Amino acid sequence: MTRQNILDLYFMDARSKLIDIAAFLDRVDRGEGEPDFRLAAFRKALEELQHTEPQRAQGVLMSLSDPTSEPIAKAPGKGAIGAWSGQEGH
Amino acid sequence: MRYIEPHGHMVSRVTDDYEAMVIAGCRAVCEPAFWAGYDRSGPEGFYDYFCQLTDYEPKRAAKFGLPHFTWLCINPKESEDVHLAQDVIALIPKFLDRPNVLGIGEIGLNKNTRNELKVLEQHIDLAARHQQLILVHTPHLEDKFKGTRLILDAIRADARIQPERVIIDHVEEHTIQMVLDAGFWAGITLYPESKTTPPRAVDMFEVYGGQRVWLNSACDWGRSDPLAVPKTAVEMRRRGHSEETIDKLVFQNPIRFLSQNPRFTVRG
Repeated sequence: MTRQNILDLYFMDARSKLIDIAAFLDRVDRGEGEPDFRLAAFRKALEELQHTEPQRAQGVLMSLSDPTSEPIAKAPGKGAIGAWSGQEGH
Repeated sequence: MRYIEPHGHMVSRVTDDYEAMVIAGCRAVCEPAFWAGYDRSGPEGFYDYFCQLTDYEPKRAAKFGLPHFTWLCINPKESEDVHLAQDVIALIPKFLDRPNVLGIGEIGLNKNTRNELKVLEQHIDLAARHQQLILVHTPHLEDKFKGTRLILDAIRADARIQPERVIIDHVEEHTIQMVLDAGFWAGITLYPESKTTPPRAVDMFEVYGGQRVWLNSACDWGRSDPLAVPKTAVEMRRRGHSEETIDKLVFQNPIRFLSQNPRFTVRG
């Protein structure tokens, strides 16, 4: 596909998602209290969008991932929350 | 259009979903064992679940002319209890001769714990001893990258396992390359929020190729779409992929992997 074709197919969808992200960050700013580590992780992941190589999706996923390699002693629960806290088991 | 749904948790879907899938062109559905959304109280609960997967559910699907196949295991979300897992694994050989059983799955890791890893190794040993295909669940979100590496290491450590008889499911952009490089099949799961959207799935197909890749909806009791595979086929059409290319990805590829178990047969 040409870049023009891709823009024709996906620009409006991407534009909508971009505004959703902006509105999400505005909403967080308007909220009260301290945010947890997820907000910092989200802002750090956004930096991946500035890269020029077409590996941004991979970069965002890696930015939000646990980079350690050893199994942990005990499961803190069953669910995942979408960003790594920087601490084992969370 | 014709397609295979190689990963759908149909016990948690309504009968209308079977009808919609058949109308959309589904020719077979495969159901790995998974977590019920709550922990079962003991091995008897799993015995009943395995009976449901091998007896009742195929009959429900057959009402719509849809062949139903299954995979058996204790899901990684319940693998933290090693003693329970051992009791459940001991039940599985009794079911391996049932006519719709394709192999061991979906095994893997959830939070990447030592106990989960022990249970994964026991499942791998079970599959090796009984010459079974393996379907692997990789962890969610922030745990996926680490868990995928641990899983690949665990499988490669058992020389009895042939990588072409293993599918590593729920790959994303940061894990698909390592899975394919190691010789395994890769499953791309289509979810509305977590995992992969149809456009991203087609991106991965275009970037990494479709030689050892399948698509699945992994529809269950959470936010998921039993028609995600045919919708992704539509996405491929929008990008100009040929009907032959689409058919290969959504129909022929799953057949190539699944028919390594001769029980898996499907009409063309």
